[in-house]
Amino acid sequence: MLTRRAIILAVLLAAALVLLPLVGDRYVVSVVTTVLWFAYLGQAWNVMMGFAGLLSLGHALYVGLGAYVAGALYLYAGVVPWVGMAAAMAAAAAAGGFIGVLGFRFRVKGVHFALLTIAFAEVARIAFDHLTFLGGSGGFFLPAHDPGMADDLLNLRGSPVMFYYVILALTVGALALARGLLHSRLGYQWLAIREEPDAAEASGINLFRLRMLAVLISSALAALGGVFQTFYFSTLFPEQVFSMGRSIEIILPAIVGGTGTLFGPILGAFILTPLGELLTFVVDQAGMDAPGMKQLFYGAALVAIVVFRPDGVWPWLADRLGLVRRRGEDE
Amino acid sequence: MPLDFILNIIASGLLNGLVYGLAALGLSVIFGVVRVVNFAHGEMMVAGMYGAVLLFGAFHLDPVLSAPIVAVVLFAVGWALQRGLVNRFVGKPEHMQFILLLGVATILVNALLMVFGPDSRGLQVDYVFDTVEIGPLSLDAVRLRAGLGALVVTSVLFAFFRYSRTGKAIRACADNPLGAKVVGLNLDGLYAFTFGIGAAVVGIAGTLMALVVDTRPQLAGEYTLLSFIIVIVGGLGSLPGALLGGVLIGMSEALAGFLLTPSLKSLFSYVVLIVVLLLRPQGLLGKRS
Repeated sequence: MLTRRAIILAVLLAAALVLLPLVGDRYVVSVVTTVLWFAYLGQAWNVMMGFAGLLSLGHALYVGLGAYVAGALYLYAGVVPWVGMAAAMAAAAAAGGFIGVLGFRFRVKGVHFALLTIAFAEVARIAFDHLTFLGGSGGFFLPAHDPGMADDLLNLRGSPVMFYYVILALTVGALALARGLLHSRLGYQWLAIREEPDAAEASGINLFRLRMLAVLISSALAALGGVFQTFYFSTLFPEQVFSMGRSIEIILPAIVGGTGTLFGPILGAFILTPLGELLTFVVDQAGMDAPGMKQLFYGAALVAIVVFRPDGVWPWLADRLGLVRRRGEDE
Repeated sequence: MPLDFILNIIASGLLNGLVYGLAALGLSVIFGVVRVVNFAHGEMMVAGMYGAVLLFGAFHLDPVLSAPIVAVVLFAVGWALQRGLVNRFVGKPEHMQFILLLGVATILVNALLMVFGPDSRGLQVDYVFDTVEIGPLSLDAVRLRAGLGALVVTSVLFAFFRYSRTGKAIRACADNPLGAKVVGLNLDGLYAFTFGIGAAVVGIAGTLMALVVDTRPQLAGEYTLLSFIIVIVGGLGSLPGALLGGVLIGMSEALAGFLLTPSLKSLFSYVVLIVVLLLRPQGLLGKRS
């Protein structure tokens, strides 16, 4: 259970995020937009790994499918993104469901399951490299927004501030959904199959159905993040969108923040993205701008975090700041 | 299509595959015993490649001769890594091990990038353009050396695990860690030794690979995934399986690069992987756990 202090802190944080574009400059808004995007994607991944215990290392696949489906529908058929996102989520859920059926029916587990998800993401990367009608390896582009025009929320063409509020709404929505799921019957059943699959099955829980639900929800949510990506960045390259590196970027915030916790992905994203920006700044200022320097420190930070806080930063921080009552569980 | 031509492609794929197999063996040994997937494996392999480049540049040393030196250095790296960091993650959830080794991989590959720069480096050995004629086959001398070198090291490794005391002790750890502890084996020490061997083996594979492929840091991620695929295809923890998987993937890459387009060659490996995962998740030569 959250303490009163936690609720006050959450309200203050929410207010700060809502007011940020009024006080922050373009740079701050763009950094926090990226933070929120990764927080959102981490939340989506967390449904599979944190709740149901299924390690996916190929979430770039669902994000990328969502991005391309909504983008292509908009560019070639004029379908507005709010409609296109339904198709995007359906496509990603279909891919997730396919991998799920194969993986769970054939009892592919643990590291093997993780590799199966990587393999499908890699296959998609190579396939989209060769899909010439979507730009292939040359990239897929949406026409740029005329800065003189007003924000067009219906077509998701507009200023960085509009996109900021869109991703903020998505992140809050994902948090609310994750909270609802975690405290539902489904959430408790997931907890059971994550911790003790055999015992859960023996007590009548249908493992296959529950795992499928986790994959379907997680992949559909990830696709929504992909739709945001298409319209915010207006460019998609298969080598980035479907890369193993992207999958890693998606899962890092959740793991660093705390796998299976609700605020872990958000906290993790607020640690990692600014850390990257800070390293760029420090490395520049110190005149050590050698290629690889920034990533070297980033890798060292990852090792340090996982060695000192193997369960993630959030559970420790929440305890330190007195945000959770002791006997409470995942909050 | 002339048959000789196809035979040549298969043979060169086979020789490449032997080196892949050796690299994957290192991964398999570490996973089979320590139960940790070394996600920094390709990075260690590229470190081995740079070792060969460096020694060739400084002393004109043939990669085959620099292999033992690189092996010693990487053994120390692997041993220290297991002692210092990985050991406390043994038995922890996979995603934690993954992040830890991902961090190590990031440090390693970017250190290489900073020292050697992003450009490819070729090894201009004296026999770089030589070919060896065997019946209808005409093989590149560098590839033949790399493949045969990998075969020799693999045989030594098999013999070590089969006949030496330490090798038997390591196999005991892999089969039954608790039992191994009960009979008085030093688990932590053997884990560190095993990680060292795995790193040394992939370092040797790297020095041999440097003969065939131009060395650059970007290869690291590719080789990690490739070793991972080979090990799963052959069977996690099975040494002959890793070799078989390496040869299969090497040949399928060569054929796919020739029959389709080179950019599709890795697609072929992933399709092989997916089929094996579904039909025989324990791998071709793996045992059901």
